[in-house]
Amino acid sequence: MYKYDSYDHAMVADRIAEFRDQVARRLDGRLTEDQFKPLRLMNGVYLQLHAYMLRVAIPYGTLNSAQMRTLAGIARDYDKGYGHFTTRQNLQYNWPALVDIPDILDRLAAVEMHAIQTSGNCIRNVTADPFAGAAADELEDGRPWAEIVRQWSSFHPEFTFLPRKFKIAVNGAKADRAGIRVHDIGLQIVRNDAGETGFEVWVGGGQGRTPRLGQLIKPFLAPEDLLSYLTACLRVYNQHGRRDNLYKARIKILVEALGAEAYGRQVADEWAVIREGELKLPAAEIARIRRFFDQPKQAEATPVPVTQNRALARWLDRNRRDHAVDGLSSLVISLKPIGGTPGDITDTQMEAVADLAERFGFDEIRATPDQNLILPHVRNRDLEAVWTGLVDAGLATANAGLATDIVACPGLDYCNLANARSIPIAQAISTLLEETGLSDKAGDVTIKIDGCINACGHHHVAHIGVLGVDKRGEEFYQITLGGAFGSDAAIGSIIGKGLAGEDVPAAIARLLETYLDIRAENERFIDTLRRVGPDAFKEAIYADA
Amino acid sequence: MKTVTANRLTDGRVIYRTTTGHWTSELAEAARLDNDQADAVLEIASDESHIAVGAYLIELQDDLPGGQKWRREGIRLSGPTTGSTHAQATA
Repeated sequence: MYKYDSYDHAMVADRIAEFRDQVARRLDGRLTEDQFKPLRLMNGVYLQLHAYMLRVAIPYGTLNSAQMRTLAGIARDYDKGYGHFTTRQNLQYNWPALVDIPDILDRLAAVEMHAIQTSGNCIRNVTADPFAGAAADELEDGRPWAEIVRQWSSFHPEFTFLPRKFKIAVNGAKADRAGIRVHDIGLQIVRNDAGETGFEVWVGGGQGRTPRLGQLIKPFLAPEDLLSYLTACLRVYNQHGRRDNLYKARIKILVEALGAEAYGRQVADEWAVIREGELKLPAAEIARIRRFFDQPKQAEATPVPVTQNRALARWLDRNRRDHAVDGLSSLVISLKPIGGTPGDITDTQMEAVADLAERFGFDEIRATPDQNLILPHVRNRDLEAVWTGLVDAGLATANAGLATDIVACPGLDYCNLANARSIPIAQAISTLLEETGLSDKAGDVTIKIDGCINACGHHHVAHIGVLGVDKRGEEFYQITLGGAFGSDAAIGSIIGKGLAGEDVPAAIARLLETYLDIRAENERFIDTLRRVGPDAFKEAIYADA
Repeated sequence: MKTVTANRLTDGRVIYRTTTGHWTSELAEAARLDNDQADAVLEIASDESHIAVGAYLIELQDDLPGGQKWRREGIRLSGPTTGSTHAQATA
């Protein structure tokens, strides 16, 4: 993975010293809250319902064991002994004291981490396929490109005060696991007819109150032109984005208003001016960055073990993924214990994951957009040892990709913006679907829950989405059906009126029972839904309402 | 009845304003204000941003958060309704 150079270390240290001074000035009254708020947000510090929240950037979701141990130590020493992985591959602490945050940032910096640009109207943490560098279906590891974009966008003076926040995703595999069509800019690595790799550039995707899928504005961008083209994209947005209206300020609104073709033409005009300038990426620099992302090239070709241990077999079946290298596997560590809080992980669990990554996983850990963790490279001969370690740590839930692998935003239990709770709904759904056996029977199903329309929990792109709303002090939940996150990205459709929270788990159970009744042989839930349409499930959802 | 709440500057924790002009984490110790008093007390509290961030009024009913924001303010008072992450990890 990428290693800081002296410039990176100095830049982060300077920023922490600056923030330490800003905190001191806020505490002694030299800064008002109005003056301080934008400064703390630039350092990932929010003020939520109960406490400050610190969002730590995990660049393209990649961690090593030393970093994970540091996250664990911070959780223990400055929080309540746990952290929360988010859908943007970051980690949030829900309870840090403002007075401690500069010290927390020092500890993060010691392992080459920070919280810069995890908030504010700037280019946020770049996201990537969490299986990058390991996936069997990969054309090219997207992380070097994500790192190049990260370096270009960090403290970029022209793009620090954009009309609104800006999110970029990179995907190098055939399957889109980075969500390129629901990002402001999505970069899909492709190969052209000449056998050269480059990028498809998708623009104007996003969720929130106006969900839109990104549109293709450039089918092939040569790698050396990546930064000049991104600059052109951002310049057009920066100039024409709606700064007058918070709800219309994202690039998706601009692309829709202009039309993707017209937006692409403006980008092309700007690009023509800057393309041959200083932003052209030298081949040597691309090669230098690539060298940081070394990955195991070969392993003893041990097969995946066949075991009589039913729990291990079930876990391997659900949580193991094929690796590009024979003899290796990638493993999903589910952070979705049945009835638990999606994405939460305790300090001791973080340390257990760090130990397993160090002993068996080439010292690499990934955070996923599904709020899980991944050990991307594990020798097949070590799979049982890793599973045993995860069982001991309470992290061996065998439900990756199942209906109990629920994504949920923090919701009204933590978030200042939320209208309704999402975690308790996830917990109740998870418990019911496990008790009834429906989670196993239904197979691959995504359920994602949000407590407000900002959609941090990605309900728009779930097979089954749940959106909490507040009606005169009472929580209601709208169900959406038919969304999808990946290569077949789609925005779900609202199925009807909202349900009371206590009715949601049973409604989803009936929905899945209906699927099991009407599915064709081996037909996945999403395929049945697309074949029969959402109305076929409406009666089941509202049977008892 | 109403009372004034905010988040404590140093650690962000939920606090309420007392009848003596101090801040407390105990709702039971918070000032009970009628409509005539509430706005004036809020104005004073808002000037204390060196202690309390984002002061605002909440409604009380039977000495607990009431009105349309009863659930939000109830969660601020009692904490998340999600259960303990530690307990879930060891279940």
